[in-house]
Amino acid sequence: MRTIFIIVRKEFTQILRDKFMRTAIIMVPIVQMMVLVYAATFEMKNSKIWFVDHDRSQESMALIEKFNGSRFFEIKGYSISVREAEKSLLTGTSDIVCVIPENFGKNITLKNRTAVQLLLNSINGSMAELTLAYSRGIIHSFSAEILLKEIPVLSTGRGIDIRTRHWYNPELDYKIFMAPGILVILVTAIGWLLTGMNLIKEKERGTIEQLNVTPIRRYQFIAGKMLPFLFIGLFDLAFGLIIARILFRLPIEGSPLTLFTFAALYLVAALGIGLFVSTFSHTQQQMLFVSFFLLIIFILMSGLFTSADNMPEWGQKINIINPMSYFIRVIRMILLKGSGFKDIAGEFLSMSVFALCTNALAIWSYRKRT
Amino acid sequence: MNRFKAFIIKEFRHLLRDYRTVLIIFGIPLVQLLLFGHVITTEVRNAAIAVYDQSKDDVTIKMINKLASSGYFLIKAEVSSEAEIEKLFRKGIIREVVVFEKDFGKKMITEGSAVIQIITDASEPNSAGIIENYTRAIINDYLTEVSLSSQPFLIDVEHRMYFNEELRSANMFVPGTIVMILMLISALMTSISIAREKEMGTMEILLISPLKPVQIITGKIVPYLALSFLIAMVIIGAGFFVFHVPVRGSILLLILLCFEFILLALSLGIMISTLVKTQQAAMLISMVGLMLPTILLSGFIFPIENMPKILQYLSLMMPPRWFLSALKGIMLKGVGFAYIWKEMLILLFMLVFFIVLSVRKFQVRLS
Repeated sequence: MRTIFIIVRKEFTQILRDKFMRTAIIMVPIVQMMVLVYAATFEMKNSKIWFVDHDRSQESMALIEKFNGSRFFEIKGYSISVREAEKSLLTGTSDIVCVIPENFGKNITLKNRTAVQLLLNSINGSMAELTLAYSRGIIHSFSAEILLKEIPVLSTGRGIDIRTRHWYNPELDYKIFMAPGILVILVTAIGWLLTGMNLIKEKERGTIEQLNVTPIRRYQFIAGKMLPFLFIGLFDLAFGLIIARILFRLPIEGSPLTLFTFAALYLVAALGIGLFVSTFSHTQQQMLFVSFFLLIIFILMSGLFTSADNMPEWGQKINIINPMSYFIRVIRMILLKGSGFKDIAGEFLSMSVFALCTNALAIWSYRKRT
Repeated sequence: MNRFKAFIIKEFRHLLRDYRTVLIIFGIPLVQLLLFGHVITTEVRNAAIAVYDQSKDDVTIKMINKLASSGYFLIKAEVSSEAEIEKLFRKGIIREVVVFEKDFGKKMITEGSAVIQIITDASEPNSAGIIENYTRAIINDYLTEVSLSSQPFLIDVEHRMYFNEELRSANMFVPGTIVMILMLISALMTSISIAREKEMGTMEILLISPLKPVQIITGKIVPYLALSFLIAMVIIGAGFFVFHVPVRGSILLLILLCFEFILLALSLGIMISTLVKTQQAAMLISMVGLMLPTILLSGFIFPIENMPKILQYLSLMMPPRWFLSALKGIMLKGVGFAYIWKEMLILLFMLVFFIVLSVRKFQVRLS
């Protein structure tokens, strides 16, 4: 125990003396919270729309006004010809073009059916689908309003009143969804990369030899290398949480104790992987690229951007061995829904198994002899 | 000239000897292309929901069957109180509850209107919104079927998708992946490898050799230039043959554009390496200053127009943004030079700027 404590103290002294480390520990959470959370958004707003109004009637103006009033759209221009509108799609001035046909107003007054054409830039497919759904919604409600006004009998017909309540995030604020996920990225990146880097640096400089000739046991060495970064990771989690609380009023519904216990367990697992990677890498560049590769897979599969439940079955199966997917799920449950220990007991168990396995791997692959 | 050739050969060996890194460089785009389309999807299938049916009459049973058979939902539970809903949400078992009020069917007929409440777990806002919309659509469908009085909408909506008719995600991610990998090799690897020579002291040895500084720098970047170019072509090729991502515009223009961006990224890498002394610092600056903006502020994954104005302005200064915009233009929109001259000109300006800057910063003597 004493041996581990001494290594930890040595590491702390070394880490805190390093200006680069100090900067990273403080600046990374600030930058991530201020930039990542705002930038990483699939929230729909300001879709660039262009109108081709062949009708120019009161009705067509009213429809355009409807789009103008919606916070999801920003009108970028009008033209008489479809060609010009298509050009705006090509240059990227607009992402959606709405073509209103001739006699649009006349048909509406006569209760004849008419059709509006939407042309969408669909390079980003899911965004195009979302844009289509929102514009459909606007056109349909415009249409329904006219029907209700003109045929009052409809409104008294047999109907269903649908009311929606969004729990845990009534305003559907994307930042509240994203911030906990970014916190996970934060502690993972900080912990994993700094731990790995730290070990590799000793290797590159040859100072690891000096440690190898001491009576330190292998598990003591790994524990000593890991603990400082575990504390740094937890510190950064707390720091990031405070920033998120101030910037986005991120709710903290559940118990912070449960959260930090789980975070500690997760960090032990993640740092174990970081150490494992660096025990078989020779240079910082190698360690960085291998980690980068693994992190990309972990992050993409974790359900950070869209619910992991939407993924195909094979994806969900792979996620069983992706520690990040557990933590992202758990942190959102604790912070947003107030889930308690009982609700996430299963995740606790899985994470303990992970922590044991990755560290066993790290200890096994660390050799004192070179 | 012979010396120079020998130096370039040395650099190539240096780069290729680390086969693990080279392998990973080829692995990253592959994994990305395979994963992206599946992991970032708003498509909802078999979402687990619960029903809270306080009425249990013909109408509600029919509607629940309709929800269950739609393919969008999987009815996982029937609850009988609000407290139970909370419990299920907390465990994360279900994502929505549909609540039918008491005497639902009766009220529909006698009072002309009955209430359905949709309660979503909005801790994931986009999914919540989509699940809610699906539910509403199914309920409305049911309403149209049973009630003769309700008419279909007066205004139909027709739509046409441009540039990516089948909404394939690969079309979006192939150009983005090219940008990312070029940044990774040209800027990150170059800066680290030069910083490494500095850190190890081998840079000193190179500087006292008869090679001119210009030759040293050129020799350093040639292998990375070749590797970057090769990998860009591999990704475009894989995109074309495996993922059917088209190259609609001129291939010559595409090559020219890639070449321009690779040079720009290399000059960024060299500039960073003139600023730093250690690999770690080079890594941090490249990661925070180059990789992060490439992933976040270029429109690679997240649409720029959704961001706050200040980030939008910030993205104007990011080379990857202009490259990506031009790349998508050539590959997917099939436009020619007339449409992307602005992007190419901006990239050219940035290129000249960074080359001048790094030449002025380059020191023959190390302190």
